[in-house]
Amino acid sequence: MDFLFSAQNITKRYANHLALDDVSIDIPHQKVFGLLGPNGAGKTSLIRIINQITAPDSGALFFEGEKLSPKHIAYIGYLPEERGLYKKMKVGEQALYLAQLKGLSEKLATERIRYWFEKFEIKDWWNKKVEDLSKGMQQKIQFIVTILHEPKLLILDEPFSGFDPINANLLVKEILELKEKGSTIMLSTHNMESVEELCDHIVLINKSKKILDGTVQDIRQANKTHVYEINFKGNLIAFTNALWTQFKLIESKEEHGLLKAKVQLLNNATPNQLLQTILPHVEIHSFQELLPSMKEIFISKTKEVQSSMLASSN
Amino acid sequence: MNKIILIIKREYLTRVKKKSFIIMTFFGPVLMGLLLIVPVWLAQVSDEVRTIEVIDDSHLFANRIADKETIKFDYKASTSLEEAKAGFEKSSYYGILYIPELVINDPNSVMFFSRKQASFLVTIHIQSSLESELTRIFLSTEKIDPEILETVKAHSNVKLNTINISEEGKEKKGSTELSMALGMFGAVLVYFLIFMYGTQVLRGVIEEKTNRIIEIMISSVKPFQLMMGKIIGVALVGVTQFILWIVLTSVVSGVIGKSIPDKYSSNNIQQVLKNKSELGDPAKLDKASDMVEMIEAAKQVDFKVMGLAALFFFIGGYFLYSALFAAVGAAIDNEADSQQFMLPITIPLILSFMMAQFIIENPESPVAFWFSIFPLTSPVVMMVRIPFGVPMWQFALSATLLVMGFIAATWFAARIYRVGILMYGKKVTYKELWKWFRYSI
Repeated sequence: MDFLFSAQNITKRYANHLALDDVSIDIPHQKVFGLLGPNGAGKTSLIRIINQITAPDSGALFFEGEKLSPKHIAYIGYLPEERGLYKKMKVGEQALYLAQLKGLSEKLATERIRYWFEKFEIKDWWNKKVEDLSKGMQQKIQFIVTILHEPKLLILDEPFSGFDPINANLLVKEILELKEKGSTIMLSTHNMESVEELCDHIVLINKSKKILDGTVQDIRQANKTHVYEINFKGNLIAFTNALWTQFKLIESKEEHGLLKAKVQLLNNATPNQLLQTILPHVEIHSFQELLPSMKEIFISKTKEVQSSMLASSN
Repeated sequence: MNKIILIIKREYLTRVKKKSFIIMTFFGPVLMGLLLIVPVWLAQVSDEVRTIEVIDDSHLFANRIADKETIKFDYKASTSLEEAKAGFEKSSYYGILYIPELVINDPNSVMFFSRKQASFLVTIHIQSSLESELTRIFLSTEKIDPEILETVKAHSNVKLNTINISEEGKEKKGSTELSMALGMFGAVLVYFLIFMYGTQVLRGVIEEKTNRIIEIMISSVKPFQLMMGKIIGVALVGVTQFILWIVLTSVVSGVIGKSIPDKYSSNNIQQVLKNKSELGDPAKLDKASDMVEMIEAAKQVDFKVMGLAALFFFIGGYFLYSALFAAVGAAIDNEADSQQFMLPITIPLILSFMMAQFIIENPESPVAFWFSIFPLTSPVVMMVRIPFGVPMWQFALSATLLVMGFIAATWFAARIYRVGILMYGKKVTYKELWKWFRYSI
């Protein structure tokens, strides 16, 4: 299969710890690819390797099937987590400088900066010094600077930090628009809501190893816990009594005159069997499967690794 | 390659546009001009006349101490020292000169009383006047005509003419004093400039780290390009400032030169010299001929060769040191932490500056040789040696070693730099630096 970017069996060791242990990722074209993991998992190490800031100890990297080389720098845009600008420089000059370093001509860079400054309604900032801008304003400039050279691969490391909800929404809109136009976006974040909202595909890294890889839908399906939510009218005791040993009531509550219950299927029971069981006793208003949120998957998966590591170390 | 030019351009322009650069560039020559003007001006300004009350118990010196424009003497024949002291507070006298009766037996018994510490001009004038008067008295008691003594002095004064024979056998008039002055000036200049611009590189690197722009930068360019761009950019700022200083200084001094009477030109001095020798004033003759010789020797100095050699050693030294400064900047988070790593860099620089003062007295010594060969000390020490003439092979050896030293320093610095710029919030040790150095990237 053909991917925009592919990293195979990447291992990176620093003096006394292993940052990446045999990690492989494939980033499909024109998707939002989420790189997830707790702090210190190795995300930044991987991102730096993709950006050719550092090189892996072993493993291979490919950009559009070609071996990754310095010429690909021009096709990648990178918004680091630790980001800043030259404080004493004027906004416009700075954007121009950074765009030229990515290989744009002065003329083209100026044109594009004007376009984006207009779009973000910050035209009159051109001659302002960066130190006179607020943090949120600086974040906007940094985002613009990252996309000026229209990178095929856009790497955003915690892009939402420092943004208020309004600007965060603006950013989400821009990311989706860029995707529509053909860019591929790699998103590294702890914000699981934005992962569900934006990402098509995710990889979860924990303790230097890849522990999950797939589309968001597949992963939620694969990690489902067979829990169904039922809204009904009737007697809760009757409802509870009707449940056999195959079903387990997780929680129940009353809301706006309706009863709401979460039931888990046990021993390969099917949702139909559950329905048949309770149908005679209560009046059902809705019935739906609850898929785990990315947050739940994130927490349970990283915990699993921790406990298995504890177990193995014992 | 294109990117490194962009970096150089930015580093250059942001610094040249800074207010501090503009102020330093214009203020520098004014400052230098002032250094030239102020002493001349001060000497011309006649300050208030100081009148000194002379109590001469020996009665030998009445009216023998010549009045000067600003120093007058008031001889009190009948007053005693006690009376003079008692009345001193209310008087307008600058001081009281007391010459005891037996001054002939003990010339050290002369005393001078004043409210403040007496000015140098006053004491030197009194001393020399008393000395020459005493000399005259002793000569006359020994029945020696003072004029004979003057003739003897004039004929026995030896002034060594130093002549340098070049390899082609040409003879050039040299001046040790001039060489020393040029050598010291060059050494101070190089020392100062390396520190000044090396620190700018250090600050620039720390700025990029604390601004957190560094990661954005190195996703576009190689750390080595960034480092070299910065070093070269700052070097160009230095060269620009230097050139502007020379231009402005020559403009300023041109203006000053016109406003000051042409007292010190070579011809004028020779003229004065002739007049003086007719009058027979050996002391002044000596001074004047020294100046003529300095000026003659200055004409003989090959400023082009010297200038180029000086420029080479300055630039080489700057590159060598600024690479090290860049590595230090990469290793730390703020300037306050720089001390521990600055020491190994500044020690050779300070040492070479200190050694320069010994080497200037003996520029051919083995110490001078070794210090002018070793790359960390050669930029400053070579400056001292160049005006005295350095054998070609030593030049070549020193220059080659400096270039090699620069390459080694850059290579070393680059390895630390590329790791250091991405490290935050860690107190770095030398052990840690060594680890970074060995990282493969």
